[in-house]
Amino acid sequence: MTDATAPTRTPSVITKKTEDEALDVVPVRHYGRWAAAVTAVVALIGLAGSLAKNDNLHWDVVGDYLFAGLIFDGLVTTLWLTAAAMALGLALGTVIAVMRLSASPVLYGLSSLFVWAFRGTPLLVQIIFWGYAAALYSQIKIGIPFTEVTFVSWDTNAVLTPAVAALLALGLNEAAYASEIVRAGIQSVDPGQAEAAHSLGMRPALTMRRIVLPQAMRVIIPPMGNETINMLKMTALVSVIAAHDLMSNIQEVYAQNYQVIPLLVVASCWYLVLVSLLSIPQAWLERRYGRGAARSQSNSAVQRLFGSAGTPWARRTKKEAGR
Amino acid sequence: MSQPMVQARGVRKRYGSLEVLRGIDLTVERGQVCCLLGPSGSGKSTFLRCINHLERVDGGTLKVDGDLVGYRRHAGKLHELGEREVAERRRDIGMVFQRFNLFPHMTALDNVCEAPVKVAGVSKAEAEAEAQRLLEQVGLADRAGHFPAQLSGGQQQRVAIARALAMKPKLMLFDEPTSALDPELVGDVLDVMRRLAADGMTMVVVTHEIGFAREVADTAVFMDEGVVVEAGAPRQVLTEPTQERTRAFLSKVL
Ligand SMILES: Nc1ncnc2c1ncn2[C@@H]1O[C@H](COP(=O)(O)OP(=O)(O)O)[C@@H](O)[C@H]1O
Ligand SMILES: [Mg+2]
Repeated sequence: MTDATAPTRTPSVITKKTEDEALDVVPVRHYGRWAAAVTAVVALIGLAGSLAKNDNLHWDVVGDYLFAGLIFDGLVTTLWLTAAAMALGLALGTVIAVMRLSASPVLYGLSSLFVWAFRGTPLLVQIIFWGYAAALYSQIKIGIPFTEVTFVSWDTNAVLTPAVAALLALGLNEAAYASEIVRAGIQSVDPGQAEAAHSLGMRPALTMRRIVLPQAMRVIIPPMGNETINMLKMTALVSVIAAHDLMSNIQEVYAQNYQVIPLLVVASCWYLVLVSLLSIPQAWLERRYGRGAARSQSNSAVQRLFGSAGTPWARRTKKEAGR
Repeated sequence: MSQPMVQARGVRKRYGSLEVLRGIDLTVERGQVCCLLGPSGSGKSTFLRCINHLERVDGGTLKVDGDLVGYRRHAGKLHELGEREVAERRRDIGMVFQRFNLFPHMTALDNVCEAPVKVAGVSKAEAEAEAQRLLEQVGLADRAGHFPAQLSGGQQQRVAIARALAMKPKLMLFDEPTSALDPELVGDVLDVMRRLAADGMTMVVVTHEIGFAREVADTAVFMDEGVVVEAGAPRQVLTEPTQERTRAFLSKVL
């Protein structure tokens, strides 16, 4: 069909073009893409229908617990745990990254040791370790090593509550990964930038903070967005030390009523909602730290489907880029 | 007693086994313009970077305004400078790079304001007024809000000159400031530098612009393989060189 019409149409367009400059552009039609899209959508509707009708899922139970108080409490814990662990991980990770790039072999060695240890052991082991640290040291003391002199001491169990243990485990583990991301970011910045800053009398710390890190952010943010999404889901692991996150509370409920599947659906729904919400600050940050960068706009999914020419989105991005 | 602004005696610098500077002798008086010429790899950039301590000198003495670069004299001994003191000394020396090195995440105005505000502690309002004045001086008053990516190479280099001037340096170093520019943009940058020289700024300029050197420089210095081959009045060095190496280089550049 299309083959038959195309040859007759094409020459006429060309001849018309020479007479008349203001012509509508006909973009390439992606018939294959349309066919694949329709097939996939039909399959998805079928799957959704079969899930909706499946009695083993107990949608009534899902509905009962989706907005239950205990679930909300867990949700709040999961959220602050994610935020605090990421903050700790990013802050400590930046320090470790700077240490790894330092000229001092001691700082380099210490930071490498940290990354080696925390990346080399399973997170689950680290969580359990922090949860049961009281078995290793019953007291936390600050004093002079190898002497009996102690300035302050605490009872480990009082300080290292499950929540604190969870935060430490997740935050320290994250720091090891974040440090590699930050290091790659710092190394991606042209050394001429630091040189220019130094020649203006800026000291190394100020240069790092004002000149290098803001530029490194463009490289750092996308993988850190992934890390945050991973972190949100990895908080589920702290249920092994009963830290009262979303997953801990879900387990607590199904341990009593044995409705395992519906409660896991409830958990999945909330994790999906949280992960979706996370993409909003990530997009904002990417725009903020992309300032001044050469334009590199990626097409939206809708644009890719329709072909990019002449859509309102294409026009808008061009205007923004020219700002 | 008036000290020369830059005084180099037998300055040496090596990278591993490669000796890049092999005893540089050079004097730049206050208010003078010194143009450095020489083939690529002869050590011009390295010498310039030594002057503001971006590189450490391995031998000889290098003084800027009477102070030994990288050291402080105290009680008959030389003390190596710490990070804070090195930064303080660099405030007085402006540097302009071949590849501009503007901060891409800041507007032209913020590029110029950054050091006065963060290093010299000038108030934001005062720094912005001064930056606007400097941008006007380099002919870019209407580009203050633009990011570097939105400026042409020549405009970026002029912002970079304004940025260096914002710290009110007593010495300006230029490392091939026009080599990365399209030919039609070179003139604007050289004009700015010409005016700066006329205002009495002390300048050390690495350049291949023979015309500029002949017109503006008080001394022209020809370097090759880490040594000064010939130095003197530009008319003499650039038109009637006594050394064969200088003659060979000039015949290639002109
Ligand atoms: N950081 C460095 N490490 C090793 N070698 C270098 C370094 N910087 C410059 N060099 C070498 O020093 C020599 C002189 O370089 P440079 O001063 O940039 O020359 P010019 O500016 O005259 O072209 C070159 O051979 C270059 O390869
Ligand atoms: Mg050079």
